[in-house]
Amino acid sequence: MNDTIQQNKLALFTEHLTLSNLAFSSDLKEEALTVLATNDFPTTRQEDWKYTRVGRIASIKAIQNQQNSSISLPEMIDDSMLLFVFENGRFRADLSLSTLPAGIKIKALSSCNSDELSLVGSLVKQENQVFTALNTAFATDGILIHIERNQKISSSIHVLNILSGENTASFTRNLIVCEDFGQAHIVQEYRSQEANSSVTNVITEIFVGANANLTVDKIQHEEQGNFAVLTEQVDQKKDSTFTINTITLDGTLVRNNLNIEVNGSNCESNLNGAYLLKDNQHIDNHTIVDHKVAHCLSNELYKGVIYDKATAVFNGKVFVRKDAQKINAFQSNGNVLMSDDASVNSKPELEIYADDVKCSHGSTTGQLDDEAIFYLRARGLSEKAARNLMVSAFIGDVLEKIENPSVLKMVQSIIQKKHGWEF
Amino acid sequence: MGYTENELAKDLENQEYKFGFVTNIESDKAPKGLNEDIIRFISAKKNEPEWLLEHRLKAFEIWKTMTEPEWAHVHYNKPDFQDITYYSAPKQTKKYESWDDVDPEMKATMAKLGISMEEQQRLTGTNVAVDFVMDSVSVATSFKAKLGELGIIFCSFSDAVQDHPDLVKKYMGTVVPTSDNFYAALNSAVFTDGSFCYIPKGVRCPMELSTYFRINEGGTGQFERTLVIADEGAYVSYLEGCTAPQRDENQLHAAVVELIALDNAEIKYSTVQNWYPGDKDGKGGVFNFVTKRGICERNAKISWTQVETGSAVTWKYPSCILKGDNSIGEFYSVAVTNNYQQADTGTKMVHLGKNTKSTIISKGISAGKSQNSYRGLVQIHKNAHNARNFSQCDSLLMTDECGAHTFPYIECKNSSAKIEHEATTSKIGEDQIFYCLQRGISEEKAISLIVNGYCKEVLNQLPMEFAVEAQKLLAISLEGSVG
Repeated sequence: MNDTIQQNKLALFTEHLTLSNLAFSSDLKEEALTVLATNDFPTTRQEDWKYTRVGRIASIKAIQNQQNSSISLPEMIDDSMLLFVFENGRFRADLSLSTLPAGIKIKALSSCNSDELSLVGSLVKQENQVFTALNTAFATDGILIHIERNQKISSSIHVLNILSGENTASFTRNLIVCEDFGQAHIVQEYRSQEANSSVTNVITEIFVGANANLTVDKIQHEEQGNFAVLTEQVDQKKDSTFTINTITLDGTLVRNNLNIEVNGSNCESNLNGAYLLKDNQHIDNHTIVDHKVAHCLSNELYKGVIYDKATAVFNGKVFVRKDAQKINAFQSNGNVLMSDDASVNSKPELEIYADDVKCSHGSTTGQLDDEAIFYLRARGLSEKAARNLMVSAFIGDVLEKIENPSVLKMVQSIIQKKHGWEF
Repeated sequence: MGYTENELAKDLENQEYKFGFVTNIESDKAPKGLNEDIIRFISAKKNEPEWLLEHRLKAFEIWKTMTEPEWAHVHYNKPDFQDITYYSAPKQTKKYESWDDVDPEMKATMAKLGISMEEQQRLTGTNVAVDFVMDSVSVATSFKAKLGELGIIFCSFSDAVQDHPDLVKKYMGTVVPTSDNFYAALNSAVFTDGSFCYIPKGVRCPMELSTYFRINEGGTGQFERTLVIADEGAYVSYLEGCTAPQRDENQLHAAVVELIALDNAEIKYSTVQNWYPGDKDGKGGVFNFVTKRGICERNAKISWTQVETGSAVTWKYPSCILKGDNSIGEFYSVAVTNNYQQADTGTKMVHLGKNTKSTIISKGISAGKSQNSYRGLVQIHKNAHNARNFSQCDSLLMTDECGAHTFPYIECKNSSAKIEHEATTSKIGEDQIFYCLQRGISEEKAISLIVNGYCKEVLNQLPMEFAVEAQKLLAISLEGSVG
């Protein structure tokens, strides 16, 4: 009985969506449709969605194509960045940069041929993954960033995804390829303008070649009332370094899936995350680091401050496969609860099949130290200022991992606006 | 030549189960299979009151609607529940008046297990009261009279049903409800015997209470039911030891243990588990699917200590519900897996009351091709102001074919809570061994020293009488590495 009711929900959700006409493999799209036909929106009975209810996403009367031509771009991070704008999963050529530096190819997926998109879908698994299948079946556009061999791109690439309108379902599919010895810095920003009850669904497949060095700053500040399910699937080759800073500052329901497969030796993977929640927000960070070969290092640091009735979820998983010896994997999650109604669910997991490894994880949940606040107040700070100082220092551990000063400045100014903290 | 890790691995592999012997006593068995008639048969055999039979039948109805849990990080062939004998009692069911009346063969069994009661009676005199459970029926209860003077009830579960039905009826199923999980439901339907313990108000039990479980009859499931009640201000330390003889087919052990600590009471529950783990090719061994849970009222304390060395598959989460304000829950565990053993074990600490505290120390040691998982839940509910939790789970890997996994669940709904969790996974440090070698300690001794030190935090929690046996079991499980 229940099954049929639920099935209708997914069918209802997809009723007004049009199939993707991007040039990637049609087998993939068919597979996606099969997944959609045989599955259902995940429920909290599924381990991966134990703490996150997607009912609010499921009940959106989703439509795809809305675009708001009058959209204006407010203050940008940095004029020197290479800017590319997508609205509701569609490329806005009018707002984007047209000339590119040498050694790099950046295109909208809608203008790519099937050869250029041969890598799409080669990393993410669709089986039983409703949100992945939705994206594959209905993706409208996305960005292809291809950094050629030996190319060090000095300007940062800024991909701005804007969500607008009501009941918008935006499906964006990105492909980032950083070839051997390449180096780049990419900012993926998610924001909304006059949007309500809208959902962003993004999949980014990232290939990091041998000796390459790729940094991604992911800044999420879609307004409350909107939902987001974002997935990054990363493949690292030997001697490469991949860093991702996931900063979640707004949104009613945000689910981040960050999966890193380390397929080469001597790699370094850095996963940093900061989340600030208030009101009824719900933020769910799922990460997987899969160490398949020996001699690698991974560092994971996620910190969050939770106000009001908000809920934070952290689920970090580290795999060390058999024979992947000499792995150093560190995972840490810290949470500060600022109100009695706030809650946090943390699940740092280790699955280890090799013996010569150093793996550790830690998770803490607590509140601000009253004595420290007293100390600051005794020195003339107001209670509010004292609290803000303390939480900004707490989150600062993560924010200081953002190397680009203009990105950091932008993040700080968003926090300042939303939460009134001073940095 | 020094003792190398390879040699250690070889030694571990060839380590045979030392307690694998079958006592040849004719037993009174029910036919194989599970249906209402079998449940009525068990109930009738045990001369149970009507309400208990109804309880069993209700549990059976619930069980039929449930499916076996699959979330644990273990893989095994599921037992055929129709191929198990649910009742097996040694034929001589008459009660023994004195120790001398006990069947000499059974006495010899106990001697082999290293718990010779004669010795205990002679040497310790007053220290340990043992309720020895051979298969499903309790055959010897000692010190009963002495405990009786203090008003302490310590008897088999079936005796408790006959003699103290009010207490059993009041508390049974209050901590582990029938519908709690698949195996708890099964147990509620078919449990045969177990231990019952009641400590009256304000009484401090003067000796350690102890039970031994053994699976003896081939193909029998063992469904124990233990109920420990510490009334207001009472204290009891309860020991449970398990050793099972060697069997080739898998045997199922699905026990339910319920602890109830009323206001200001304290229960210390220690387990040494050494069911047959299967041979070095992973054949045979006991399936240990146990539900253990305690509830703490105001200012009460429950402490679980376990040393897990046996069983082919272990699925066990001794838990504390910290219901009363200022209550304390503790969990200390050493889990050793070898060859093809699989263990998924940990604890649940549910904080409901104010100022509740919990401590979790879990030490896993994986050897051979075994998989050892820690799975724990720390849950702070909304009204659990100033709750405090500290968890530490460390894993030690002995070979490159074994696995160590950690799955902690931390759920916090109160901002005044302080929760800390930390876990490390590593192998024995080469530099530590080198340090020992340099000082003239052989490699074998060095490994022993390190493993011993690694487990010390937990072993220290065991009562004296048990600590010796625990160390013996560790030594058997990891012989060559533990001195």
